[in-house]
Amino acid sequence: MTKFTIPRITFWRCVTVLLAVLVAGIVVRRFSFGLGSISNLHDGMPWGLWIGFDLLCGVALAAGGFTITAIVFVFHLEKYKVLVRPTILTAFLGYLIVIGALLVDLGRPWNIWHPMIFWNPHSVMFEVGWCVMLYTTVLFLEFLPFVLERFGIHRPLRLWHRYLTPVLVLAGVLLSTMHQSSLGTLYVIAPQKLHALWSTQALPILFFVSAIPLGLAMVSVESYLSLRAFGKRLHPEILRDVGKATAVMLLFYLTIRIEDIIVRGEFGNIFAFDAASWFFLGEFVIGGLVPMFLLFRRDIRENPLALMGTQALVVLGMIFNRMNVAVTAFQLGTGADYIPSWMEFVLSIGMVAIGMILFSYCVRNLPVFEEGPVEDPRPADPIAEMTR
Amino acid sequence: MSIYGLLFDQTMCIGCGACEQACQAEHDQEPHKVTRLDDNSYNWVQDLGDDVYSRHFCMSCEDPTCVSVCPVAAFTKTELGPVIWDESKCMGCRYCMLACPFEIPKFEWYSVNPRIEKCDMCIHRLSERLPTACASICPTGATTFGLREDLLREAHRRLDEDPERYTGRIYGEYEAGGTAVLMLLSRDPAASGLPANVPQESLPYLTWNILEKLPQVIPVWGVFLGGMYWLTDRKNAVADIEGYKREHDDD
Repeated sequence: MTKFTIPRITFWRCVTVLLAVLVAGIVVRRFSFGLGSISNLHDGMPWGLWIGFDLLCGVALAAGGFTITAIVFVFHLEKYKVLVRPTILTAFLGYLIVIGALLVDLGRPWNIWHPMIFWNPHSVMFEVGWCVMLYTTVLFLEFLPFVLERFGIHRPLRLWHRYLTPVLVLAGVLLSTMHQSSLGTLYVIAPQKLHALWSTQALPILFFVSAIPLGLAMVSVESYLSLRAFGKRLHPEILRDVGKATAVMLLFYLTIRIEDIIVRGEFGNIFAFDAASWFFLGEFVIGGLVPMFLLFRRDIRENPLALMGTQALVVLGMIFNRMNVAVTAFQLGTGADYIPSWMEFVLSIGMVAIGMILFSYCVRNLPVFEEGPVEDPRPADPIAEMTR
Repeated sequence: MSIYGLLFDQTMCIGCGACEQACQAEHDQEPHKVTRLDDNSYNWVQDLGDDVYSRHFCMSCEDPTCVSVCPVAAFTKTELGPVIWDESKCMGCRYCMLACPFEIPKFEWYSVNPRIEKCDMCIHRLSERLPTACASICPTGATTFGLREDLLREAHRRLDEDPERYTGRIYGEYEAGGTAVLMLLSRDPAASGLPANVPQESLPYLTWNILEKLPQVIPVWGVFLGGMYWLTDRKNAVADIEGYKREHDDD
């Protein structure tokens, strides 16, 4: 007989229940009265917070998936292997969230599979659609061994790791290259609708290159969150090197970004100190140059708390960049009037919450971390653990 | 190629709104006053003041951006000229709205099964060799229907005859690579409420430039990664052997 126990009522559980009720209500409303009833989107602003945050940032934040698997399995830097599984899980859940958000954002989501039969290779969105489908499949196959292992099915796993993993990793990197860049290409067709600081043919290159430091930063932040939530041991020596790599890749990205602006003759716009210039400086200086210089410093990298703070700044800077392209630059370019409705915000927060709940469930029940499923969550003192 | 189009001459329009009514009747819409293009209005006569008016409706580009961006090929440039949308394919991603340089496709924001709504240049009438509803009703001849090449010639003739009357160019001759709809304006596009910064060349090439390179870039990138996989693995193997040697050197 199973014993029913009433769960302890905690603050965060109340918040979660409230969020779940709100999200469910919003989704019901959307499928009863249309997109206009829950969002402030309109004909002049067809894409808003969901495309900017849930889609562009969601895919970008999943970039750790291809970055870390490439480092470990393609370049054989085996010491980073401890990071592989949590990163694959994050990427897989990230893509599921992207699909979830799309099901709300698309006007006719029951036709989401149509790019499979109605082809238009001239469309960037067609490429995006195929990348989402194929890479989610690859991530599912990379995730499947966790489940097989959990149920003690070991024989196919040996063959799997030997023959399938390299193929999956290679496919994953190629698909990610295409997908990350194609999200930037989406905006290339409307150069006159974006503000000059963001409107460039180089968007696909910028989106792909920036995904690499972002992926690395995300892996670090996620390790810290795992420490806070599940008492996972940090690997300071590994995260230190990840920090170094982030700094170099960030320098690489920022160089391309600024060169592109100079070549297009828009450098003066940076110092116009109007709205566009402040948004750009926020993304480029606070979310780019500052964390890059900090990550180049040894004392920052050797202090886990400072390292995590800096990596979090990198993540915020990249989120800022994607939101700028999708929302700010479009508004500045077209003069469209748009502030997301509270329901748009709640839905986006809800998507993140669903991701975190699924992550936590997987971590407790599947061998995500090297020690196997997490038994007792929450360390006694996370900060002490970190600085140990 | 016999592409049909429309010529709108701003100097001849008296703002009577007959074309709005004809358009609504033709598309089985409730008669209503139009204040902007939306999911229920394909044609809008904008009052610019001082008895000057401009018309807004689909420009029917020669190389339409919407046709190029639609991931499910729901848009088609028909042989007659109109650009039409196929309800059975659309998944509602709204990329056409983001991409259209004239901001023509509109969305049914309050529908559970939303459609993309826009002027279809009366395709059903064209296929019966009838002019569009707006052109056939126009009492002053401000909107005329015909083959695009004829209309372009006529527009140039009017422009040459009385250059002072117009802004000096034909809106739609080169906008977005040329459109089936041509406009002779007495006020600048911006002052006429029309998009003024439309690139003077067809837009689909902007993304096609990038997409067409994928079949070249991806194999090279794949070969590079595969090569690195093989190369770095060998390095590990060498390290193993050297480690083995070192252990035995100690003996």
